[in-house]
Amino acid sequence: MSPTHRQRLVVVGHGMVGHRFVQAAIERGLTETHDVIVLGEEPRPAYDRVALTSWFGSGADALSLLPSGEYDDPRVTLRTGTAVAAIRPEARTVTLAGGEVLAYDQLVLATGAAPFVPPVPGRDLAGCFTYRTIEDLEAIRAAAAARGTTAGVVIGGGLLGLEAANALVQLGLETHVVEMAPRLMPVQLDDAAGQTLVRHIEKLGVTVHTGVSTEAITGADAVDGLALAGGERIDAEVVVFSAGIRPRDALAREAGLAVAERGGVLVDEQCRTSDPRIHAIGECAAPGGRMYGLVAPGYDMAEVVVDALLDGAGTFTGADMSTKLKLLGVDVASFGDAFATTDGALELVYSDAVAGVYKKLVVSDDGTRLLGGILVGDASAYGILRPMVSSGIALPDNPEELILPAGRGGGATGVAALPDDAQVCSCNNVSKGDVTAALDEHDCEDVAAVKKCTGAGTTCGSCVGTVKAIVEDHFAKAGKEVSRALCEHFGLSRSELFEVVAIHGHRTFDEIVEAHGTGRGCDVCKPAIASILASQLNGHVLAPENRTLQDTNDAYLANIQRNGTYSVVPRIPGGEITPEKLIVIGEVARDFGLYTKITGGQRIDLFGARMEQLPTIWRRLVDAGFESGHAYGKSLRTVKSCVGSTWCRYGVQDSVGMAIALELRYRGLRSPHKLKGGVSGCARECAEARSKDFGIIATEKGWNLYVGGNGGATPVHARLLAGDLDDETLVRYLDRYLMYYIRTADRLQRTAPWLDSLEGGLDRLREVVVDDVLGLGSELEAAMARHVATYVDEWAATLEDPDKLARFVSFVNAPDLPDPSISFEVEREQIVPAGPVPLGARIPVGTPVDAAPVSGR
Amino acid sequence: MEPTTQDAPGTTWVAVCPLEVIARESGVAAWVHGEAVAVFRDHLDGLHALSNLDPATGASVLARGIVGTRGGVPFVASPLHKQPYRLSDGVCLDDEAVRVPTYAVRLVDGVVQVGPRRT
Repeated sequence: MSPTHRQRLVVVGHGMVGHRFVQAAIERGLTETHDVIVLGEEPRPAYDRVALTSWFGSGADALSLLPSGEYDDPRVTLRTGTAVAAIRPEARTVTLAGGEVLAYDQLVLATGAAPFVPPVPGRDLAGCFTYRTIEDLEAIRAAAAARGTTAGVVIGGGLLGLEAANALVQLGLETHVVEMAPRLMPVQLDDAAGQTLVRHIEKLGVTVHTGVSTEAITGADAVDGLALAGGERIDAEVVVFSAGIRPRDALAREAGLAVAERGGVLVDEQCRTSDPRIHAIGECAAPGGRMYGLVAPGYDMAEVVVDALLDGAGTFTGADMSTKLKLLGVDVASFGDAFATTDGALELVYSDAVAGVYKKLVVSDDGTRLLGGILVGDASAYGILRPMVSSGIALPDNPEELILPAGRGGGATGVAALPDDAQVCSCNNVSKGDVTAALDEHDCEDVAAVKKCTGAGTTCGSCVGTVKAIVEDHFAKAGKEVSRALCEHFGLSRSELFEVVAIHGHRTFDEIVEAHGTGRGCDVCKPAIASILASQLNGHVLAPENRTLQDTNDAYLANIQRNGTYSVVPRIPGGEITPEKLIVIGEVARDFGLYTKITGGQRIDLFGARMEQLPTIWRRLVDAGFESGHAYGKSLRTVKSCVGSTWCRYGVQDSVGMAIALELRYRGLRSPHKLKGGVSGCARECAEARSKDFGIIATEKGWNLYVGGNGGATPVHARLLAGDLDDETLVRYLDRYLMYYIRTADRLQRTAPWLDSLEGGLDRLREVVVDDVLGLGSELEAAMARHVATYVDEWAATLEDPDKLARFVSFVNAPDLPDPSISFEVEREQIVPAGPVPLGARIPVGTPVDAAPVSGR
Repeated sequence: MEPTTQDAPGTTWVAVCPLEVIARESGVAAWVHGEAVAVFRDHLDGLHALSNLDPATGASVLARGIVGTRGGVPFVASPLHKQPYRLSDGVCLDDEAVRVPTYAVRLVDGVVQVGPRRT
């Protein structure tokens, strides 16, 4: 029964779970009947606490779950920096720390948990920290940067403790981890898995002390070290406690609500507390007396409560505590009955101490069902194995194949065996059936489309490999081939070809097609290979061995228009131009009678040039100091800028100077598709940098780097890769990002879909570019340095070469005869092509030629 | 200025350029009897002459297309919208109803000559 007046719903806590609750309330229409007030204690809106450590690399903005600071629904009010002092269930009010009293009809507690600090002597000394909030991290960073700080200790070797250790390593401290239990991650791993993990982590320079407790933290008024049981001592100036968390249930206790024996607000299956108007969700709640210290069960509880408030029947009956994560660069996963506690359970173990891989499967006594497992060093099988546990499907005859190294294991047979209800993406609760339905019923053609349609793989990205395998398996069954082949001449994808060309050092199309292809190529593979060769060798695109591979735009270094004439775009770096140069452009346009238009990229386009006029036009432009603008190439176009601190009263950095530097650095860089950049001098973003493949926005401390944006038919905002960078770091990250894209993207794939197709998405890109986990950083930078060092203006070089110039003629046997088929009309005082626009001329951008529609005849 | 040779009654051949001016797997535009003709040289040095006009747009551009093979058959892709035309007879490989006119072409003493329109 729906209420006749609007009700007020108060949410205490704006962490990840509180935020998810509000989102679900809006999406499912709860705000149609309820006004929602959300009270957050922290100074900022909810952020991704799971990824807290990435704050060091990319800053607070990248972590925010609500970057705008408010919800789109006007019936939701968010108040941050607002602590609650008391709840009065009998009066149905909450009292804020400032004394204000708010009445409620329904109350939801999402107060989360607090770090547990064990009662060790010295725990209050300066230099002792917890690891839970952005403020904690700010304090740790400041302490690490202080004079005399060289070493740090993390107390607690669980999930969070290892995250904290990662942070200390990133801050350049000599890092120790002290764990009381005999192994790391005692809740998730067995002894052998723990030892494998220790070997990985010690390689990174972290010293691990297990099976030992901390006697005291020493120091006069600031920490100077740790005294361990048994007499050992560690010198350190920073101590981070990560010895577990405790539910924040004090408000509920004081209000007289029932709490669980081991802490947490006691709730039933609908997450209702002992007062029926109060619900509790997330880490502060204890459904059936047990608290859950992971975010996924908290999200489930949030959905259950929204459902309950809509008179639904959803219940929370426990959670899958499976975990997969990357700790200090090491894959670790633990799922199901990892410790074989089920009666008669058997263990299958694969261990490779040299490679640092440990995999264990726990199977039922008859060997037919998978109960759980542990993976360290290689968790790629997790996406297949975890759903096998929850769905209870029969194991294959040789279950050990599931954990043998790739090539000997099940691979695709794994996904084929999954039932439709097997959950593939646990973050967004997407089943295998949802993925196949997206393919069959929603006409999704590839993994990127499935991600968009179902949400699978869009949060942590760990299931993208599994989603891809399901898509391929499904298409294969339907007899539909998912071919990554470039065209009929090459079975390899563009990125594979890129690697092959680099490894073999091929320099010509003929070598490549002979060694790796068939036939003589076509309009798909020839320009793609020309681009690969240009990216690697940076030779002239009109050199004899490259010339016949180029699309007509590259072949004549200009943009072909519908009547066969060309447009000319000189480079105007950053959009900055002197009056003298502007006058030259005007004079050239006037003297050759060209149609003139300002482009969206802050430069000037001159239309209507006949092919044979191009060298004369460019002679004038080059003499005046202009260079090719590469408007015709799959290459860097422009780096757009706003006027920045030079003139603007709001600007905080020199955006024009940076845009010019970047445009000059990357000019002429051939890539899988066109590349555009932008630099804004402040957060007002007048350069529209976030609609570019790389966008840079000034901050008071430096630059924020955004990647993967574009305008066009499918606009995408670029996303933050790293924040507050100095000039040098910005350029280093950009070098790596662009070169990594050039190496691995498909043909005509812009950065946004490329980023979507990367397994792990933006986080993966950040690992490669910022954390350099692949160790590719210096190689990518060297490749870019090579490009920068070998750049020449291809129009100036063409004008110097009679062989190249010889091709710029209307007719080979009548070089001075203008093509009579070209004629113009005058419109608004300028020339335009004569005659009607041909009907049905569609441009199949990015569509393979054999799938392209035939234009009208 | 068109050097012509009289071959048989009614057959006029126009010398276009020496063979080496046309790079293998590319084309050039020539002006023949008041029409724009695209002359292509395939990977086996075979010569083909097609009208230079792109049937889809009427633009005089086909000589600037990329030359390749599809199933071993040499073709040129229109530089405007990529429609593939078979070099041997001008037929569009994606739609056989569309056809580019072809011209006779031959090599005499290292010089490419274009003759009358064939189709």
